Amino acid sequence: MMKPQEIIARRVAQELRDGMLVNLGIGMPTMVANFLPPQLTVFLQSENGLIGLDQRPPEGMEDEDLTDAGGGFVTAIPGAVRIDSSMSFGLIRGGHLDMTVLGGLQVDSKGLLANWMIPGKMVPGMGGAMDLVTGAKKVVVAMIHTAKGNHKIIPQCEWPLTSTRPVDMIVTEMAVIINTPEGLVLTETAPGVTVADVVAATGTPLIIANDVKIMNIEVTA
Amino acid sequence: MKKALPPEELVRLIPEGATLMIGGFMGVGSPHRIIDALVSSGQKNLTIIANDTALPGVAIGKLIRSGQVAHVITSHIGLNPETQQKMISGEIKVDLCPQGSLVERIRCSGYGLGGVLVKTGFGTLAEEGKQIIEVDGEKWLLETPLQADFALIHAHQADYLGNLAYQLTSTNFNPVMAMAGKCVIAESNEILPVGMISPDHVDTPGVVVDHLVAIKLTH
Repeated sequence: MMKPQEIIARRVAQELRDGMLVNLGIGMPTMVANFLPPQLTVFLQSENGLIGLDQRPPEGMEDEDLTDAGGGFVTAIPGAVRIDSSMSFGLIRGGHLDMTVLGGLQVDSKGLLANWMIPGKMVPGMGGAMDLVTGAKKVVVAMIHTAKGNHKIIPQCEWPLTSTRPVDMIVTEMAVIINTPEGLVLTETAPGVTVADVVAATGTPLIIANDVKIMNIEVTA
Repeated sequence: MKKALPPEELVRLIPEGATLMIGGFMGVGSPHRIIDALVSSGQKNLTIIANDTALPGVAIGKLIRSGQVAHVITSHIGLNPETQQKMISGEIKVDLCPQGSLVERIRCSGYGLGGVLVKTGFGTLAEEGKQIIEVDGEKWLLETPLQADFALIHAHQADYLGNLAYQLTSTNFNPVMAMAGKCVIAESNEILPVGMISPDHVDTPGVVVDHLVAIKLTH
């Protein structure tokens, strides 16, 4: 049985197009890089200062000066570019970043995201998340559909917002939900998951697309 | 020409209560030898301006653990639970700032700018206490300059004029902070004779660098 995180990463990978500059958040979004179609050239940005992020190096072949935003060792593709933090966020704010994939704590009926603090419980800080959601051309939230039985897709976020700019798409292990001016639209369900399952696991009404598809989680050749 | 000095000697320049910009991203590209010397010399009540506080006991995390820090201005403390505990207990004041705005606030003081206008943080908690400025009918958030008494920098290469070149993701906040600190102390992996770093490959001109940390000679 495929892990929920892998289902999400495989589906998000299909949103990437040739030549895109994409930022993958730390954690589950990083897994997306493992499921890219092999012939696709995507430029992955790491906000600590790299365009052209690649896989982890084999053990014993690490470079102390080549790391991702979590401080983990990575490699870089030929043609990769080192940038400083100012240019890194210039790319993000300046409309040069085609897509960002981030984790989420809550998303509300207007598509607004909360993902950087739970008051009184967890205050990690926003890092680059506010810049990414505000500046990227397309914002994809990759998250588990519920948290220990509690709804995460809800009428209004209880926790502090990351941005007033709404997200474009939510990908969970159960469904793909698109944010439209009319509201959140359920467009795909995961294999073995029904529309009723998704509706029950969601805390705010969803518009059901006329042709709800089965989520494709194959890596296309 | 600048004479490179041992880090133990250079940190004596830093008084109690000083404000320090420290380069690095999760400890990568932080000036580890200067930090170690600062922990040994023990100045207290420091204000740290940095992207993050790394991990417990690592890089800036060493200064957090040693109790020398009173105030941190940063974008992320999620991977250092000790910073979070000290924030909750009231030992350390933590100001969180979006990462892109943080680097621009640092850049402002080094580049002679009175502030920058951004969209990031608009309508969120990050907007609190900040002015909203309208330009040609469009609303922006004003982010103000951050000043520091010292910038503590890590570079890959230096020469004896203080010219610096950075390497890969160890670059991060270092070149911006090197422009902003009133006194700039730089450590590097190697110090080369003047002229060895090509003019096109110098990232930070030596004219802004005040002190170089000596390389520990092995023979």
